Amino acid sequence: MSEALTFHFDVNGEDFTSAGQASVRFKKNKRELGVDPEIIRRASIAMYEGEINMVIHAHGGVADVEVDEDAIKIVLKDQGPGIPDIAKAMQEGYSTAPDNIRSLGFGAGMGLPNMKRYTDEMQIYSTVGVGTTVTMKINLN
Amino acid sequence: MKIKEVKELLGAELLCGDEAELEKDVYSACGSDMMSDVLAYVKDQSVLLTGLVNPQVIRTAEMMDMICLVFVRSKKPTPEMVALAHEHGLVVLATEKRMYEACGILYSNGLTSKGVKKR
Repeated sequence: MSEALTFHFDVNGEDFTSAGQASVRFKKNKRELGVDPEIIRRASIAMYEGEINMVIHAHGGVADVEVDEDAIKIVLKDQGPGIPDIAKAMQEGYSTAPDNIRSLGFGAGMGLPNMKRYTDEMQIYSTVGVGTTVTMKINLN
Repeated sequence: MKIKEVKELLGAELLCGDEAELEKDVYSACGSDMMSDVLAYVKDQSVLLTGLVNPQVIRTAEMMDMICLVFVRSKKPTPEMVALAHEHGLVVLATEKRMYEACGILYSNGLTSKGVKKR
């Protein structure tokens, strides 16, 4: 693979039951590329958590993925309410998700920590009232 | 342990999967209703026991490369969920046993949380 491959996914924020579809499609795409299964799993989980976050907090958003010889880069962008205190949001167990989300199996305050755990680099850019962009990188070697 | 044995030990009903899939080996399991907790511990877990019923359970199992889902407490997945599981090649079982008992039975029969898939 000499040229970078790019994927774009729209994450529908209207319907929680469909959340995760982009990550599933992305995982299938990467399997076809012949990437190490462990790396695929890490990248897919990180993207899945990010996708769930966008659905819960930001009415959806977009996911752009770039795969080249060295790394998988994932950029998640939403126009949601933003994160006022990123350090706090990164703490395991801290969540602002509503109760109905907990009854769906999410909102345990593990999303962002899981994303950090499974990626080699992660940055969060967020402005309250404007939106949030999360960039993640998973090295292939 | 084979999926077939998981089914027998739990007196579970088979909702998705065929005879060949029941012969597949599983090496470790995890039980939780919180999908984020399941996603926090990425190992070669092959079985997920849960009392949560929504499509995210299927997608979480798919993300984790799990091959068998067990719904406890007589919970039944919707036909849409079974179709999604079928699409991903997941075996789906349902048992009347509650989470603690179901996990205990599998654990005491050798399916722990630390099994390693033979490569």
